[in-house]
Amino acid sequence: MPFVAGVDIGSVTTKAVILDCAENNEILSYHIVPSEGDVVALGRQSMEAALRKIKKKAEVKYIIATGYGRVSADFANSIKTEILCHGKGAHAMIPSARTVIDIGGQDSKAIRLDEEGNLIDFAMNDKCAAGTGRFLETIARALGMKVKHLAEVAAKAGRPCEISSTCTVFAESEVVTLRAHRNEDCNIVAGLHRSISKRVVAMVKTIKPKKEIVFTGGVAKNEGVKKALEAELDTEILVPEYPQIVGAYGAALIAKEEFLAI
Amino acid sequence: MLELRSELFSALSETRNENIGALLSAKKEGKKVIGHYCAYSPVELALAAGAIAVPLCGNKKEPFLAADNDLPPNLCPIIRSSYDLAVSDTCPFFHASDMIVAETTCDGKKKMYEILQRIKPIHVMNLPQIPDLPMSITLWKSEVRRLKTAIEKELGVKITDEALREAIHVTNEEARARKELFDLNRNKPALLSGKDLLVIVAQAGYSIDRMSGVALIDRLTEEIKKKAQQGYHVGNEKTPRILLTGTPLGENDDKVVSLVEEYGGLVVAMEICGGYKSLDLRIDETDCRDPILLLAEKQVGIPCSVMSPNKKRIQLLERMIHDFAVDGVVDLTWHGCHTYNIESYWVADLVKNKLEKPFLHLTTDFSDADRETMRVRIEAFLEMI
Repeated sequence: MPFVAGVDIGSVTTKAVILDCAENNEILSYHIVPSEGDVVALGRQSMEAALRKIKKKAEVKYIIATGYGRVSADFANSIKTEILCHGKGAHAMIPSARTVIDIGGQDSKAIRLDEEGNLIDFAMNDKCAAGTGRFLETIARALGMKVKHLAEVAAKAGRPCEISSTCTVFAESEVVTLRAHRNEDCNIVAGLHRSISKRVVAMVKTIKPKKEIVFTGGVAKNEGVKKALEAELDTEILVPEYPQIVGAYGAALIAKEEFLAI
Repeated sequence: MLELRSELFSALSETRNENIGALLSAKKEGKKVIGHYCAYSPVELALAAGAIAVPLCGNKKEPFLAADNDLPPNLCPIIRSSYDLAVSDTCPFFHASDMIVAETTCDGKKKMYEILQRIKPIHVMNLPQIPDLPMSITLWKSEVRRLKTAIEKELGVKITDEALREAIHVTNEEARARKELFDLNRNKPALLSGKDLLVIVAQAGYSIDRMSGVALIDRLTEEIKKKAQQGYHVGNEKTPRILLTGTPLGENDDKVVSLVEEYGGLVVAMEICGGYKSLDLRIDETDCRDPILLLAEKQVGIPCSVMSPNKKRIQLLERMIHDFAVDGVVDLTWHGCHTYNIESYWVADLVKNKLEKPFLHLTTDFSDADRETMRVRIEAFLEMI
């Protein structure tokens, strides 16, 4: 059976998802690598690595590239925006999804879908790092923590700090000041989660969100941000099992559609 | 596929350059030149005074070295660029102007003109901003009259009603000819690409011999009609038809238009200055009232975002979306242009809520620094159609 692939070349990580042409759209394998060096080579390598995880021997017949590196992805049959792919992927994973919040490494997006998962509106922030994974990464570094520990630390917060700076550079110095005033790290981190959520929710509201709201992208692995978003939106949000590969999965689904239409 | 190949079109696209030489020779022969920055300037007065009227609005790309010394960096690039061209003496039209007319349109422009006055005197007109108030017409009429007196004094001429009516005929003809050219794109598939439209927009107002400019446009329109009969068109039946609205654009500001067309869309109409914005505002030449009043009424009707509320723009957009069979609307505003940026709320309300069509608001400047962030938005917008 022929395989198709979706490759999402993001600013922080590159993701590849392999599907076959079976009706169930089941992910056969995926692979994630840090986006360091040649983006085109990365895209190809992540796809080959994902392919190696499959025992069956077969060839990838159709590839869709998405993400920031898509414009140079010469190995792909066609390219699609990460906006379309995240919508597609999220809807396939959670069919009741009508709104997708994606927080990636260098941008955040809000996507509105109709019942069939078609893109009907979107909003995007990529002019500055505030409200992105990069923001959390920078601040975590300033606090001497790993990004993956942020949620755990924030869970202990009693009184989250007010972080008023939306600019990453200023927020970093604000955090240093808060520490100097002997605020506990848990309250500082919880404050950061709240700050990023306020910024993202302001963007989400411009596209009139409808339920269900699905949270994707690398930052969706942070339970603290998820809870802060739920508090700001005053509603429950859903996180798919592998939030980081939703874009690549969406790209692979489109690859399958386009391949079968040939 | 996207650029019209025609000698007439090439001639049209050279209007501005060609007329620099003509302007200088006319000046040597004693002709006076009146520069203006905006559609609110009643160029008819300049023409009736026997002067040459030239647009001065700037769209030079960064850096704005001269402007950066005197103006804040977060000001709209049109204002910074206009100032920069004037102060660095790199705009031949500013250089040649014996008199300059400007208006209190937006806050940025009127404060910039104050500083620009150090270089050359500027006649600043007090533009009313609530178009539906009768006193706005009264005020603007008195301002048009004040300009008339100023031009008469500066140029040492008398502007007669007869000459003014003749000038009104000329600007009416210009609007008619340009509208007929733009209206070719009501055709499906279209006959002009967005890049072609930008060329036409950028050349508006630069013909020194205005009626020969009108004749050139009329000949071009006829030529394209003939080509169309022989099967010429741009894009096809399925090409997404995009309407561009927002702040003024120059020929060099093709970032958004070229991205739309690179991803398979086509900008079929432009509701912008020099585009379709004020082409419907022609004066009835059989109306015997005071021509100064007729000019005032026409200009207060220009649907620029400095007006409040600016309902006429929304009405015009709705008509255009219908007439040009538009599939989606891109609202392009420059950073720091508060009036167009805020007014985007009402444009979105019309397009998204009332007409239920895809809508994209972009805020950018003349630079290429954000080309990639513009690209992903435009690509996704076209994926939505």
